[in-house]
Amino acid sequence: MKLPDKQGHFGQFGGRYVSETLMPALLELEAAYRKYKNNREFKDEFDYYLKQYVGRPNPLYFAGKLTEKLGGAKIYLKREDLNHTGAHKVNNTIGQGLLAKRMGKRRVIAETGAGQHGVATATIAALFGMECEVFMGEEDIHRQSLNVFRMKLLGATVTPVNSGTATLKDAMNEAMRNWTTYVADTFYVIGTVAGPHPYPMMVRDFQSIIGREARAQHLKAEGRLPDVLVAAVGGGSNAMGLFYPFIKDREVRMIGVEASGYGINSGKHAAPLCAGSVGVLHGNRTYLLQDNDGQISHAHSISAGLDYPGVGPEHAWLKESGRADYVPISDDEAMEGFQTLTMEEGILPALESAHAIAHVLKLAPTMGKDQSIVVCLSGRGDKDIHTVAEAMGVSL
Amino acid sequence: MSRIGDTFARLGKTGDKALITFITAGDPDLTATAGLIPRMAAAGADIIELGVPFSDPMADGPTIQKASERALAAGTTLAGILAMVKEVRSSCQVPLLLMGYYNPIYIYGVERFCRDAVAAGVDGVLVVDLPPEESAELKTVADQAGLDVIFLLTPTSDASRIKTVNRLGRGFIYYVSVTGVTGARTALADSLSASVTAIRRQVRLPLAVGFGISTPEQAAGVAVVADGVVVGSAIVKLFEEHRNRELVERVADMVRGLKDGVRSGQNN
Repeated sequence: MKLPDKQGHFGQFGGRYVSETLMPALLELEAAYRKYKNNREFKDEFDYYLKQYVGRPNPLYFAGKLTEKLGGAKIYLKREDLNHTGAHKVNNTIGQGLLAKRMGKRRVIAETGAGQHGVATATIAALFGMECEVFMGEEDIHRQSLNVFRMKLLGATVTPVNSGTATLKDAMNEAMRNWTTYVADTFYVIGTVAGPHPYPMMVRDFQSIIGREARAQHLKAEGRLPDVLVAAVGGGSNAMGLFYPFIKDREVRMIGVEASGYGINSGKHAAPLCAGSVGVLHGNRTYLLQDNDGQISHAHSISAGLDYPGVGPEHAWLKESGRADYVPISDDEAMEGFQTLTMEEGILPALESAHAIAHVLKLAPTMGKDQSIVVCLSGRGDKDIHTVAEAMGVSL
Repeated sequence: MSRIGDTFARLGKTGDKALITFITAGDPDLTATAGLIPRMAAAGADIIELGVPFSDPMADGPTIQKASERALAAGTTLAGILAMVKEVRSSCQVPLLLMGYYNPIYIYGVERFCRDAVAAGVDGVLVVDLPPEESAELKTVADQAGLDVIFLLTPTSDASRIKTVNRLGRGFIYYVSVTGVTGARTALADSLSASVTAIRRQVRLPLAVGFGISTPEQAAGVAVVADGVVVGSAIVKLFEEHRNRELVERVADMVRGLKDGVRSGQNN
């Protein structure tokens, strides 16, 4: 069965849990998306920007030195960090930006945690000539000052959010409130495979370029499919983009890596699939971090991009159906992943991607040399230099 | 018919309009809420909405967001609110409606919630982030338990959505006066009267209007065209500056003023 169903459900997950004011906007968006997604002109324009502007296809790089060091499965890195703006986020913002243009919206808004999605949205707003406002938690504004300045240079307004925990979830609340108020001329560019239907489906489709390329590139390099896919999961868009084109290839194992922060038992983590429970937040039913009364808990991760108490509903479905596995990686382990990839391959990964790398450090040695792993290197680490320095006790 | 339906029917006989007042349950604590309910009823509130606080109130403006934070900080839970309602019911029969977000209800357990809410004396529930498309899970159980599920209509709702809400709704329909979040506004939309009049012709249930109404004058204006007037943020704002007996008196004063406004409007 093709998922989601007509109402946007992936099994019990997903859906449209929003106020009545937004329902017509979601229905309008879904109709527009269904109209354009198979439209030749729209697809050509999307492909054109991915190729000429983003720089796709990006390489599936064989990390030979890291492979040798770990002594097990071959490790391939899908180099989303080489995209224009430095992460996978731009694949989706190009798609939503082109859709916004066709729908006649002159203003785009976005929420952002690490700032990568905010930068990617501000970038396409500059490119397509739209007004842009980005909502960002006060806490994250401090952690990611470089990206805040980048967004401002790109002409976007960055609005600090002080409510709640002043992080990504609160930025998303504020973006929803703004959309509710200015719904007539505003397009809400959601940055991950979460939120109300049709966002999880639409963002997955735009990001699935990652998996389509990786699948073809791996077939060309090895003459067969990879044994395992590994990707970090916050909301889960890079992982969903990598996994989706492989879902029917039952022999390919899919592993999503969640941020376990100070450790699952510490209670300070961002791993709803590993240690959360089912609930409803931000327009969809999914796994959440919450207390016994259904109040949403504060997430924690060294990586601002993974610091979110929910996860995309299709991941919840993949977990429940057993098609994908989800594992935790702590702040310390992610730092080790960051340093190992930097030292072995000369590639600084984003802290989000460093979680995926950290799991590969554990997994690869347990596999045979004739096997292979494709890991999504979702972004580059320049934005995280200050956080990394702080974690290492270095003052810049 | 439910206590909510009875109230509109009773008021309708004499051409009276309903004043519906909102406060966040547990702000500043549940004892205060229990004291405020009968006082608001005595001051002229025909129906009372109790906000169930949620950590992520996506459809609320700053005033009700802060009220939710205060209530949660005081340890307010859905179970606590139901226990408080049960206690209030021994001495006060004003129709009570819970308004909030789906997750606390979902986690409490939908069936258990409907059963316990009715047992406590709650008359209806309005779940802001549960549009008709997702409402079956709650509605099936609520209908059986005799708990009115109230739906929202907004300026963005088209004819087919109005039809759906008219079919599914119980008690009354809550019309949101603006495209936006909750909060007091200095001016209501010029088109409000026309929209309300048009929708009222298409629905069988009473139509109450809320969001942005804060003064007796605005309440009067809305009472000319609607069956009920909802005031929330303007009352909740009083909780930011007042406490204890002073808070109760201020709230009662405001409710009296609003009811006078509604009366002057309905007689126009």
